[in-house]
Amino acid sequence: MKNHQSRGPSRRTVLKGAAGAAALGTAIVGFPAYLKAAGKPIKIGMPTIMSGRVAILGESSVAAAQLQIARVNKAGGVGGRPLELVVRDSRGKPDEAARMTRDLVNNEGCDIILDAEASSASFAVNEVVRDIKKYCIHSNSETSSLTAEPKNQVPWVFRSARQGIHDAVGGGLYAAKVAKEKGLKRWATVSPDYAYGRANTEEFMEYVKVFAPEVEIIEQTWPKIFQPDYTENVTALLNAQPQAVYSCLWGGDLVAFTDQASLYGLFNQFEAFAVNLGDYPVITAIKSLPEGVHSGSRYHRDIPDTAENEAWYKEFMANSKVLPTNWSWENATAMDFIIAALTATGGDTDAEKLGKATAGLTIDSPFGAGGKLTMRESDHTLVNYMVGYSKTIAKDPYVVDFKQTDWADIYKHEDEWKKRNGYI
Amino acid sequence: MIELDALAACLTTPACLVNQTTSGLIIGMLLFLVASGVTLIFGVLHVINFAHGSFYMLGAYFAFTVYGLTGNYFLAAGAGAAGAALSGIVFERLIISRVYGQNLLMQLLVCYAFILIVDDLVKIVWGAEYLAMGIPAEFRLPPLRFAGGFVPPFYLFLVAMAVAIGVGSLLIVTKTRFGKIVRAAAHNASMVSALGIRVNIYFALLFGLGCGLAGVAGALAAPVRSLTPGMGLGILVESFIVTVIGGMGSIPGAFLAAIILGLTRSIGSVGFPLFVDGAMFMIMALVLIFRPTGLLGQGTLR
Repeated sequence: MKNHQSRGPSRRTVLKGAAGAAALGTAIVGFPAYLKAAGKPIKIGMPTIMSGRVAILGESSVAAAQLQIARVNKAGGVGGRPLELVVRDSRGKPDEAARMTRDLVNNEGCDIILDAEASSASFAVNEVVRDIKKYCIHSNSETSSLTAEPKNQVPWVFRSARQGIHDAVGGGLYAAKVAKEKGLKRWATVSPDYAYGRANTEEFMEYVKVFAPEVEIIEQTWPKIFQPDYTENVTALLNAQPQAVYSCLWGGDLVAFTDQASLYGLFNQFEAFAVNLGDYPVITAIKSLPEGVHSGSRYHRDIPDTAENEAWYKEFMANSKVLPTNWSWENATAMDFIIAALTATGGDTDAEKLGKATAGLTIDSPFGAGGKLTMRESDHTLVNYMVGYSKTIAKDPYVVDFKQTDWADIYKHEDEWKKRNGYI
Repeated sequence: MIELDALAACLTTPACLVNQTTSGLIIGMLLFLVASGVTLIFGVLHVINFAHGSFYMLGAYFAFTVYGLTGNYFLAAGAGAAGAALSGIVFERLIISRVYGQNLLMQLLVCYAFILIVDDLVKIVWGAEYLAMGIPAEFRLPPLRFAGGFVPPFYLFLVAMAVAIGVGSLLIVTKTRFGKIVRAAAHNASMVSALGIRVNIYFALLFGLGCGLAGVAGALAAPVRSLTPGMGLGILVESFIVTVIGGMGSIPGAFLAAIILGLTRSIGSVGFPLFVDGAMFMIMALVLIFRPTGLLGQGTLR
């Protein structure tokens, strides 16, 4: 190949030189970068699910995130810069979520990702933000391994959602106590037939058996997700005649199951435990809510029963078309941590700096036990939120008698679980 | 995977037998109502209405609104049927009639576009939240007991209604003047129109009748099924299985197939809980291999 060096500077070299000179010129005579950015919004990209059967979850997530943003923007933003949320509808598809995350960063100029996806898509987003090194909070995925497994961890990625193992320990402790008090030995389960339903049910029953070894599972029935008719599952439970039933059905499926089971008088025949029953859209949609069903903590205006939580509920209701869900408080919390981290860095969106500011941070929150939530330093996941069970009543406030699981118990069993899985 | 012990125990226990047989009938009868609409439209117009599930959804939502306004479940069910039938007529006249002669793929695409549009319209009008109508006050009764088994009175009503509506629509098509004209028009449209009959109106009315059947199924089931945008899709798949097994175009075939599928689901949930859906598709495959026209389908059909 011929050597072109003797022909003087190529076009490319000239262009490079010009670009370099321009950059140098700006650095010398221009404003410092942070001043130049003043007043420009800090953009936060939010991939979530805004269409299809679970659109309400995405809508309630966006409403919650917007609420927190509106409050900080009203007070002048962070370091003089307003926050701006850029929402994308991935329809819950992992490949779409990953593509949109890249698009939010590359084309929309987002510096921060609020990943409001369900679990499968969250893992896809996690890969992207690790790769392009953008500060990210996963706000909805409860799958424990997302943050517990060391190979998924990076310094700039966090989770503000519940974690499956926390609820499994909390639910197991609570259910075992009820089982011992009432002598419930024969258990059955009815949960949706996909990864979440199977894993959640297995974890819950595992911990019930840890705390109440006399419990045995006599029947498990697995309706398909979005199945319209549950008659066959209801009659399977009727035939098995268990003393207690656990379900992690959710959303409209849980509404339909409850109505159909009520026709058979199912809830009069045994104790029922439903981890996802306590969500407002579910519990208000069921027209004849059976009394005395044990309902897991999701989001509720009385849990915790504080003035701060009541005030947040009212503000949310005044600003949202949809009712608050479990995803709502998780996204409000994500946004609170983002705002706190940005405040700590003075508006600097560098992933490492934001990560350092977030790790181990404790914030005041209407959703925390004792009004505090902590982003645990060791595995970047949220702790000290409300874990426990209530009992249903037919009228507003729908659930009463909330029993909070002691976080010391959760930590103890979570540590054992981590050791068992080789995470620590 | 196959729990023969549980199956044998169930089939020899009166309580279990009552529970599973009645639940099979209940599942089957609602499927029958939806499927009879599909099969009616196909049998006469030779169009596969892939958007049928949307009319089931519309029926449920119309019923929900009317029930909220009047508190009368029977009025609500009627409104669900009428609303779905009217929407069906509009859909037939404005959209699907334009692709009658086209190939199947074109019809499929048009129907799919319609499904997406209707789902979004429902979301705009009624919201993305799932809605539940609740059991009407007159049916809030404790379940009846037969031989130790449980039968909810509401489900007895549903089964009776489904049978009555099914028989009624069969009589309309086979015995009335309307039915005779529609069948004649389907056979030879130009001949019938030469007799001074406006064929298009009859086609639209028949399409409306089919959609009304889906609508009444949605309305009847609304008290026990949650209403969500997109709820029609699941029922569509099952009703197509029913239609294929029973024989495209045969209402008695749809009835027979719906009972077979209902019982497969209910008995299967005891005997082979992991293979219930698989069993349904297997039955369909077997029917397609050994009797491609369906159990009661006529050989002349496609």
